[in-house]
Amino acid sequence: MARTLSQKVWDDHVVRAGADGEPDLLYIDLHLCHEVTSPQAFDGLRAAGRRVRRPDLTLATEDHNTPTLDILAPIADPVSRLQVDTLRQNAQEFGIRLHSLGDKDQGVVHIIGPQLGVTQPGMTIVCGDSHTSTHGAFGALAFGIGTSEVEHVLATQTLPQAPPKTMAVTVTGALPEGVTAKDLILTHIARVGTGGGQGYVAEYRGDTIAALTMEGRMTICNMSIEWGARAGLVAPDQTTFDYLAGRPHAPAGAAWDAAVAYWSTLASDPDARFDAEVVIDATQLTPFVTWGTNPGQGVGLGERVPSPGDFADPAEQAAAARALDYMGLAAGTAMRDIAVDTVFLGSCTNGRIEDLRLAATVLKGHRVADGVRMLVVPGSARVREQAMAEGLDRVFTEAGAEWRYAGCSMCLGMNPDTLGPGERSASTSNRNFEGRQGKGGRTHLVSPAVAAATAVRGRLSAPADL
Amino acid sequence: MDKFTTHTGIGVPLRRSNVDTDQIIPAVYLKRVTRTGFEDGLFAAWRQDPGFVLNQAPYDRGSILVAGPDFGTGSSREHAVWALQDYGFRVVIAPRFGDIFRGNSGKAGLLVATVPETVVEALWAGLEAEPGRELTVDLTARTITAGEQTYPFAIDDYTRYRLLNGLDDISLTLQHADAIAAYEATRPVYKPTTLPARTAD
Repeated sequence: MARTLSQKVWDDHVVRAGADGEPDLLYIDLHLCHEVTSPQAFDGLRAAGRRVRRPDLTLATEDHNTPTLDILAPIADPVSRLQVDTLRQNAQEFGIRLHSLGDKDQGVVHIIGPQLGVTQPGMTIVCGDSHTSTHGAFGALAFGIGTSEVEHVLATQTLPQAPPKTMAVTVTGALPEGVTAKDLILTHIARVGTGGGQGYVAEYRGDTIAALTMEGRMTICNMSIEWGARAGLVAPDQTTFDYLAGRPHAPAGAAWDAAVAYWSTLASDPDARFDAEVVIDATQLTPFVTWGTNPGQGVGLGERVPSPGDFADPAEQAAAARALDYMGLAAGTAMRDIAVDTVFLGSCTNGRIEDLRLAATVLKGHRVADGVRMLVVPGSARVREQAMAEGLDRVFTEAGAEWRYAGCSMCLGMNPDTLGPGERSASTSNRNFEGRQGKGGRTHLVSPAVAAATAVRGRLSAPADL
Repeated sequence: MDKFTTHTGIGVPLRRSNVDTDQIIPAVYLKRVTRTGFEDGLFAAWRQDPGFVLNQAPYDRGSILVAGPDFGTGSSREHAVWALQDYGFRVVIAPRFGDIFRGNSGKAGLLVATVPETVVEALWAGLEAEPGRELTVDLTARTITAGEQTYPFAIDDYTRYRLLNGLDDISLTLQHADAIAAYEATRPVYKPTTLPARTAD
């Protein structure tokens, strides 16, 4: 029977097929861990006298709580410090590889997997983090799990899962100049809403997707969860293979050839049927930004803040009214007139080297506007090192931006990098929820290009505005 | 996990859609390494508003939350489920749930009941007209009873079975340890391992 990409990956991991409405038992090829969602899972193992079944398929890093300045000093917040120390103790006790602060391979969990080459096509990958969907860019079935499931994977290297429905997101045509993968996914989320993908695994396909770099594909897959899809995949191709070749954990020699032969089978069959399909014309896209308090509340940068009355659905009307109030915005305001005081460049969505290069290209020869603070937080220590080798750090610091160490940082504000009440950011991260970047903080989600241009003008802007 | 068969308690109308897990419990409360004590983080920002529903008696003693569509979207934090449970909630009723939140609830023993938006509207109206009204949620029959009215709710069969029997997933899976080992024996050699660690230099 003709199968989609995600069905092929699924079928290759069924340890035991469920009968009578029981879920399938799926094998997990890679389990990524970080300090926030793992401590209670390790406690559970200890309480039950269980071990980690496959430490060699497990990888941990410190990212959510970690400071981006003075990274080798003890973490100032005692609660954060205890959580990071707990991960260190658990990793040691259970024999798990951990990349700690200061380590060359430390970084945001979804940046370091691909970078080390442990993220590969056709794998099942889980992590106690909803942005695990990022790894789908390699044609892996990758999704976020809760702490109970983290414990389950640690103990058994499997997860009981019911097969999801499949959705094709077909994107065709060339992206216009100045429009990025981030604008594409933000546009899609605004069209289908935050619940549009619930119950589905998405496959992003079409010539637009095929033309994207791995970084761009990761940005798109990363935000699958923001429209409700637990996972999003892209079929692996030469771009994928080229990215992986030579990475520390990529196969080599005959194993590489065998892997590529398998990876090359990982495309949806031509006559495979999806349960749903959405089509996007990339040629009509523009830079896209959010105005509200969920990632679906967005408009083109050239448009205006909508009015609650613009929405037909009463729940959406109420949500829009609440969002305008929280965001301190008046309906009808031109998006380009919205002034920000903070710009955040980073996160698992847009903290890779290509993102930093793009922002630096825009920023070069300009200054960050007076009264605007710009934080540049590389997604990993390796990205940071690479950026410095290319001189990007000097572009940022000469423009007046702050050059930081790697971590999740202001994406979710668990470390000292937060917005204050009423502060407003243009952020390359993934969520504009109330208080996400700090209590009372207001977030506009943007691409790295828009972030850099906004830093220069002090108002939401595209590079073409400079 | 405790068995769940039926529960009767005060219904709390939460007239909001898109209640993401950052609202259910902000990230700053996720720093703890314990499994309990998250009730203070539940809706922490909203609870600072004296008009918020959980600041009103008798809703503050509620155990069944009735919310708008897309409850529990966003972050995978299971702490959102724990915070609801630690506060005293046993059931959340809504028209749509985030997939990860729904999964986490099933693992931790919080019942999430899916109903049409019209039912949520009817429950909200009743709970606001008569604050403190109790609802009864019967998992065996898959029904919600509010006074004279009874509404069916949806939940997948397997989650219902596990909740009714209070089953622990890990123990269930470990019954298939032989199947796991057999599968592992067939994994291709080119699949990566994280150990021994390799790095770029």
